Formats: sequence, structure tokens, C-alpha cells
Amino acid sequence: MYKYNDFDEAFVRERVAQFRGQVERRIDGSLAEEEFRPLRLMNGLYLQLHAYMLRVAVPYGTLSSRQMNQLAFIADKWDRGYGHFTTRQNIQYNWPKLQDVPDMLSALADVEMHAIQTSGNTIRNVTSDHFAGAAADEIEDPRPWAELIRQWSTDHPEFQFLPRKFKIAVTGAPNDRAVVKAHDIGLQIVRNDAGEVGFEVIVGGGLGRTPMVGKVVNGFVPKEDILPYLEAIVSVYNLLGRRDNKYKARIKITVHENGLETIQKLVEEEFKTRKALFNGADRELFAQIAPQFAAPEFSAAPTDLFDATYNDDPVFRAWADTNLAEHRQPGYAIVTISLKPHGKTPGDATSDQMRVMADLAKEFAHDELRVSHEQNIVLPHVHKRHLPEIHARLRAVGLATANVGLISDIIACPGMDYCALATARSIPIAQEISTRFDALKLEHEIGDLKIKISGCINACGHHHVGHIGILGLDRAGVENYQITLGGDGSETTTIGERAGPGFSYTEIVPAIERLMLAYLDVRENAEETFLETYRRLGAEPFKAALYPDDTGKRKHAA
Amino acid sequence: MPRRFTPKVVTANDLLLGDVVWQTADNSWTRNISEAEYLDDEDTANARLSQAESQQSVIVGAYLADAKLGDNGPEPTHFREEFRVSGPSTYANAQQAEASNV
Repeated sequence: MYKYNDFDEAFVRERVAQFRGQVERRIDGSLAEEEFRPLRLMNGLYLQLHAYMLRVAVPYGTLSSRQMNQLAFIADKWDRGYGHFTTRQNIQYNWPKLQDVPDMLSALADVEMHAIQTSGNTIRNVTSDHFAGAAADEIEDPRPWAELIRQWSTDHPEFQFLPRKFKIAVTGAPNDRAVVKAHDIGLQIVRNDAGEVGFEVIVGGGLGRTPMVGKVVNGFVPKEDILPYLEAIVSVYNLLGRRDNKYKARIKITVHENGLETIQKLVEEEFKTRKALFNGADRELFAQIAPQFAAPEFSAAPTDLFDATYNDDPVFRAWADTNLAEHRQPGYAIVTISLKPHGKTPGDATSDQMRVMADLAKEFAHDELRVSHEQNIVLPHVHKRHLPEIHARLRAVGLATANVGLISDIIACPGMDYCALATARSIPIAQEISTRFDALKLEHEIGDLKIKISGCINACGHHHVGHIGILGLDRAGVENYQITLGGDGSETTTIGERAGPGFSYTEIVPAIERLMLAYLDVRENAEETFLETYRRLGAEPFKAALYPDDTGKRKHAA
Repeated sequence: MPRRFTPKVVTANDLLLGDVVWQTADNSWTRNISEAEYLDDEDTANARLSQAESQQSVIVGAYLADAKLGDNGPEPTHFREEFRVSGPSTYANAQQAEASNV
């Protein structure tokens, strides 16, 4: 893992000291709220419905056990004993007090963490594949590049007042687990015909009120050119992006309105200038960063204990079948720890749970954890002989739910339970869906399914790319939930299509149940996933299940 | 014909703690909406909001929220304001409740 150098350390400490002074001046009255607001947002401090909220960056989702333990400590000392892991691979504290925030940031700095650029019209926390460095399908580990981008984008003087926020995601595997096509810039590590490794650069993706799948602005940028190339894109956007209308300010609209060809031409021109200016400094920096992401020393120990437990213990076997992914090293597995126990808040972890996950990482997983954009925690490198003990210790703290990739593994934004922007609740819908399908014992029967729920049109819950998306709106003072079908956040990114009129709070879970029963009825066989069935049959059988009365009317009319 | 004014309360968050608060008739702030000043006149409501906004060392983010008069005093009319009164609807059965002392 990357270790802060003296520059990083000094920069983060200085920002904490600055913010401490700003908070003091706000409290003593020398700063008005309108003056203070942009300053607090630059440091990740929002005002939400019931309290302040501190959003802490977890760069490309990577944490050490020491950092996870510190997150637990902060939750206990200055918050209410828990934290919320988000779709941006961040963690949010929901109950900080204003005067405590500088101390929280100082405690974060102690473990090389911060909340800088987790808000505002800047380049936000760079995200990545949560299986990076471990996945069997990976061409190259994207994290050194993500770290290079983090260093370049942090406090970048040219990009502190972009037209709008700007999100970059990087993946090193052809199976996209980082939703790169729904980011302002998505970077996909690829190998060209000559066998060289470089980046496919995707621009102008995004969700929100105008969902768009990103477009390839360049099919192959050599690795050594990636930073000046990124800088060229962001500088073109900085000048061309609209500042007259907040809803048209993201780069997806810039690309849409100007056309991809124009953007390509401007970027190529700018790139030449930028590359000359960089003069190789980025490559020197990368050479310092890359060795810090060297793979751990893998063990060649036998896996007998895993095999025996797998055969003998059905509970362990169910967990292993859903929560393990293939590791590139024989004898190893990638463990996904579900933060979606049935009926609980997706993405929440208590301080005790955080400490258990940190201990397991330290003892058994080469001291590494990842936050996934699907709001789970990943132990990327685990030798299989340790899995029975890991499972037992997770089970003791309610973290052994065997549901990764299933209907209860739901992404849900905080929604109106916390968020000031929300138009409806998300979390209780997720809780009720997971509780309901657990009670019906249909979860494993249904199989692979991604439900994603957003509590407003900004789409933090990625509903557009859920196989089933749920969008909560305020319709004439009442919560109303729209369903989209057929979305996909993988390498075949697709924006889901709206099924029809929305459902009330009490109608939405029964509607999802009808949808699932229809799927079980019409699927070709147990191997055909919901998304495959939807692609084969289209929306009609599902619309009929969602709106049984309408179908009846249409039949009569015909 | 002028449109009918929907009665209001002035609400905000406590500057230091972030708690939801409502303005009372004596210019203080309460954590109980039923003790809030009920404003059924538009001019008065706007004047009271200006008064609230001048109290920057106490509160943050003041605005007028729709209200109705219940048995014990003002009550919210919109579900967003109801959640601001009751706190997160998920709190009781969320993981955090197990770890929390509140």
C-alpha cells in the first residue's frame, strides 16, 4: 500500500490546521455561514437533515487494518459508534459536532487519511476495482495509477473551481467492477494488438438526472501519457463546460453538446502542450509509487482445512459460494464481507464490526481491506486455509450474511433518512426487500440480481444501472417510487428503462415481489439470470406483473 | 385573488451540534416542534425568518417549513419535516442502534 511521503503528510496536516482556524472563526462569529460553507465543504463537512455529515475519502477504496481501526475509534469518540460506507468507496459519519471535526480530521491525518475534495466542484476521490491486485481476470493492478491520479488531482491549482464535480474511476480488468462508463472519466487498462498495455479512455459517462454511458475518447493511450492526457481532458472541460446552468455543467453534457469529435480534437491539441509541460515528472513520480503496490508474498500452504469445512459445514459452504471470488493466486480467495445483513442498513458498520474486520485483515489478509462501491468490505488476499476461522469470527458479529450478488445485496443511498437533498427514503425500502425475500426463502432461487435504490434524481444509489432500479421521488407531498428495468453497471453498461408509473411506499415492495415471481415463471432455466431474461424477453412480461390491471384493460381494448 | 398562505414554522440546525431546532416566540430555539412559534401570516413569517437568519452564532440553515396546528402546537405537514422531527426512520432497527448509547 502507498505510504505518505513528507509532502503528503505536511499538506494534510496544514489543511487540518487551516480548518481548525476556520471552525474557530465560524464559532466566534468572525466568519458568516455563507463564508464558511465553501470552506467546510472543501473539507468534506456537509449539513444534512438531522446533523452535520463528514465524508472521508478512502482513495480507490483501499484501507489498512490500522486505518480501519482508526475509523472505528473516530466513530466511537466523536460520532455514534458506526459509519456508513458509500457507493463512492468513502465512509460517512452521520453525527459529528462542528467543534469536533478538526480533531476528527487530525485523527484521520494520523493514519494518512483526509476528507479533502470529498465535496465541491473538484476532482473527487478516485475510485477503482475493489478486487484490484487480486482478481484473476486483471491485466494490471490499477491502484498505482489511481494513486498517481490522487496525487495529481489533490489541490491541483487549475482544477479547484471546475464547472461541476468530477469523478474518475480506473479498472485494470475487462470485467468492469468499477462502473467506469458511468464516470466523468473512466479508465480501462487494455492490451493492444502489439501486446502493449495502455488505457482506453472513456469520457462523459454519468448518472443523475441525465444518465449517459461514457464514450471512448481514445481507444489506446500509452501508460506513460495518461496523466498529461487526463489533464488535457479536464482543462478542455474546465474552459468549455457550462457554468450558466448547474444541471448542464457536467462533462457528459459538454460532450453531448459539443460532440465527441470536437472534444477529441481539443484534447489532442491540449495534450501536446501538457505533455511538454510535464516533461516526464509524472513518470518519475509513478516510478516511486508503483513499487509500493507490490503483491504480497503468497503462501503455498495446502487448502485441506478449507476443503474439509466446505464439505462438512453447509452454512460455511453457502457463504463460500456467494461471498468468495476467484483470486489470481492458486490457494487464495477474495472475500467479500457483506454489509447487508437482512433488514439492516446497507453499508453501515459498527465500530466493533470495523475492528473485527481490521483484525481479520491483519491476521489473515496481508493487512489489506477494500471498500466496494456496492457498499461491502473486501479482504482481497486470503489464503483459503484461513476461511473457516474468518467465517466464524464474522458470524460472531453479524457479518457473515451469504448474499453477495443476490437480491438483498442492495445499493441504497442514505435517502431521506439522512440526506438534505433526498426526495424520498431509500434505506427502509432496501431493508424491507431484503427482509421479505429472506422470509420467502427465494433469494438463492432468484440468483444474480442487482437492485439499486436512489432517494432522489441525483442517483447516488446508481439506480439507472441496477438490473432493477428504484428511484424515490416526492409526488405532491407523498413518497413515490419509480422502477427501471434492465440497467447494467458492468462492462456492458446500460441505462435501465422506466417500467411505468411509480408506486407508493407501501406498494413498492409487493411490486418487486410480483416482478420476481414473474421472472421465476418466465426464465428459461435456473441458470438464466434476471438480466438475461429481461434481455431475451424485453420489458413486457415484467410490466404485466407490475401493472396487472393495466394489462387487463389493454387486453379488453384489443 | 391572492393565494392562501400556508402557515409556517422557522426551522434550522443548531450551529455546534447540528440538531434540528425550531424558533420560539421569545426568540430562543427549541428541539420540540410543538413549542415553536406558529406563523399564519406571510409578512410575519418572513420577518421571523430574517430575525432567525441574524442569529448566525446559534443556528445554521434557517428556512420556513409548512406547518399545521395540532392539539399540542405546531406539527409538520410534509414527510420531510416529519423525518426532521422523528429522526431517521431506520434508526430503531439499524445496526447503529446496537452500538449506540442514544
